[in-house]
Amino acid sequence: MEGLRAYRLIGAMWIRSTMAYRASFAMTTFANFAVTALDFVAILLMFSRIDALGGWPLPEVAFLYGLSSVAFGLADLAIGSMERLGQRVRDGTLDTLLVRPAPVLAQVAADRFALRRLGRITQGSLVLGYALAAVDIHWTPLRLLLMPVAVVSGAAIFCAVFVAGAAFQFVAQDASEVQNAFTYGGATLLQYPPTVFGRELVRGVTFLLPLAFVTWIPAAYVLGRPIPLGLPDWVAFAPPLVAGVCCALAGLAWRTGLRSYRSTGS
Amino acid sequence: MDDHVTDHFIEHRADHFIELDRVEKVFDVRKKTGFMKRERREVRAVDSISFTVARGEMVGYIGPNGAGKSTTIKMLTGILTPSGGRLRVAGIDPSRERTRLAHRIGVVFGQRTTLWWDLPLIDSYRLMHRMYRIPDARYRENLDRCVELLELGDLLDVPVRQLSLGQRMRGDIAAALLHDPEVLYLDEPTIGLDVISKAKVRGFLRELNAERGTTVLLTTHDLQDIEQLCSRVMVIDHGRLMYDGPLTGLHEVGESERTLVVDLERELPPIEMPPARVVRVEGPRQWLAFPAAESAAALVARVAAEYPLVDLSVREPDIEAVIARMYAGEASDAAGQAVP
Repeated sequence: MEGLRAYRLIGAMWIRSTMAYRASFAMTTFANFAVTALDFVAILLMFSRIDALGGWPLPEVAFLYGLSSVAFGLADLAIGSMERLGQRVRDGTLDTLLVRPAPVLAQVAADRFALRRLGRITQGSLVLGYALAAVDIHWTPLRLLLMPVAVVSGAAIFCAVFVAGAAFQFVAQDASEVQNAFTYGGATLLQYPPTVFGRELVRGVTFLLPLAFVTWIPAAYVLGRPIPLGLPDWVAFAPPLVAGVCCALAGLAWRTGLRSYRSTGS
Repeated sequence: MDDHVTDHFIEHRADHFIELDRVEKVFDVRKKTGFMKRERREVRAVDSISFTVARGEMVGYIGPNGAGKSTTIKMLTGILTPSGGRLRVAGIDPSRERTRLAHRIGVVFGQRTTLWWDLPLIDSYRLMHRMYRIPDARYRENLDRCVELLELGDLLDVPVRQLSLGQRMRGDIAAALLHDPEVLYLDEPTIGLDVISKAKVRGFLRELNAERGTTVLLTTHDLQDIEQLCSRVMVIDHGRLMYDGPLTGLHEVGESERTLVVDLERELPPIEMPPARVVRVEGPRQWLAFPAAESAAALVARVAAEYPLVDLSVREPDIEAVIARMYAGEASDAAGQAVP
C-alpha cells in the first residue's frame, strides 16, 4: 500500500536523522526508559503501605500497568508524533507534505519517528513479564489467545485516539494539550484498577471513549475477575471489534479535518 | 478525470497547460472580539481569476503581500480547494487528484525547505528517488544534470543544516526537479540570496526552461527575477488579476513615464514641449519626463528642431515604481484596461 510505503521511507529517514546524534539518541532512550520506570516506582511505593488497591494486589496492578504501557507504547512509537500536527499547520510546513505523491496521514504519522520510544515499551514489557510470573493465572487457550489480541487491539485503540486528536488540531491548532489528556492521561488511568474510580468514569471510559477495552476488560478476563460494570464475559473478546470501529471513526475524523484544512488553509 | 466530455474547458489543448476560469478562494476569517465573542468576516483571497499558461512559458506572478499569490499557487498545486471556478493543470483537477498531480509538478517554497536538516543533501534526493518511483537511469541523469548546473557537487555529502541559504535554495530546486516535473512552481526562489546565488538560480531556471521546455511559474518580490526570466508577467492585488501581459506593457498600464535626458549647448530656461515636462534642470542638462507609451523619437526630433542639442539619452522607467503606482492608484481603472 502506498501509505505504508511512504511511512516506511519517511520513518527510515528519521531514524537516520536521529543517528546523526548517536550520544543524544542513547541518552534520550535511556531517559525515556528511566522516566517511565519511575512511574512504576510510584506504584511500588504505594504498595509498601497497602496490600491491595481497590481490591487488586500488586502483581495484578502490575499486569494492568504492563498491558497499558505496552499498548500505549506501541501506538506512541508508531504514530506518537502526530500530536505535533498543530505546529505544522501553524508554521505552514504541512503544505510541503501536501505536494508529495503520498497520503498525508502516512507522512504525518511517520513525522519525527523516534526509536527512543522503545524505552516505554521495554519498561512496560518488563513489568508485564514480572506480573505474568507473579500472578497465578489459570491459563486456558482463550486466555492465552487474548493476550496478544489485547495488546494489538489496545495499540490500535490508542492509535485511533492519536489520529482523532491530530484531526482536531486542523481546527484548533493549540489542542495538543487536550490530546495529551486523552493519550497520556488515558494510559495512566488504565494502569490503575477500575475499582478505584467512580462508576460514571468507568462507564465513560467503556462506552464513550472505549479505553477500558485496552486493559480493564481483557485483564479482568485473564485474571479471572468480574468484568467491570457487570458486563458478560464475551465482552473480553470485543477489543478487536472496538479497535476497528475506533480506527474507522478516527479515519473519518482525519478526512474531515484535512478537508477543512484544504478549504480554509488555516 | 471525472469530467464531462462536453465541457469546453476540459478539451485538451497543448497550449493551455494551466487553465484557470473564474477561480475563487473565499476564507472565513474569525476574529476574536472579546471573550468567546467572535466576528466572522469573508475574505476573498482570490477573486474570480482567469488565465491560461501554455506549455513552456515562463511566467512571473507578482503582487504585494496578502494579494493572493500564495493562495493561487496553493490551489494550483492541490493544497487548497478552490471555493469556485474551474482549474486544471495538465488536464488534472489539482484538489481532487492531488497525488496524481504531484508526479507531474515540482514545487519550491522559498522559505520552507523540504530537505532533511540533519542528513547529507544526497539523502534527501534518495528519498525523492524512492517516493516518486523515479526510474534509476532517469534519476541518475537528472541528478547529474542538476549537480552540474547548480554546482552541488561538493555539497552532496554535507548535512543540510550546514549549507548556506543560497546553497540550500539550489539544493531545494534540484529536489523539486528529479522526477521530471512538467511545471515548476517557485514561491520566492531568490528571497534572501546574495547576488551571486541569485544569478546562479536565474541562470539555471533559464536553462531549464530553454532546454527542457519546463513551464515555470514564479512568485517574487524581486523585479530583476522577472526582468531576467519572464516574458510574461501577471500582477495580482486584492485577489484580482490587475495585469497580464509582457513586462513592457506594464509601463503603459501603470502610466509610467520615461525620462529623456538632454544636454544643451548652454544653460537655457526649462524646455516647453507638452506632453513632456521638465522635472529637473542642472546647468545645461535637463530631464524631461514623458508618457512611456509616447514615441521617444518624435519627442527627440521636436526638441532637436527647437533647441541646440549636444547629447541625449532615454531612461526606461523603474518597474518597481510602476507597480507601486499601480497598486496605489485607481485599481479598478487599471484592471479594466489591463485584463480584457
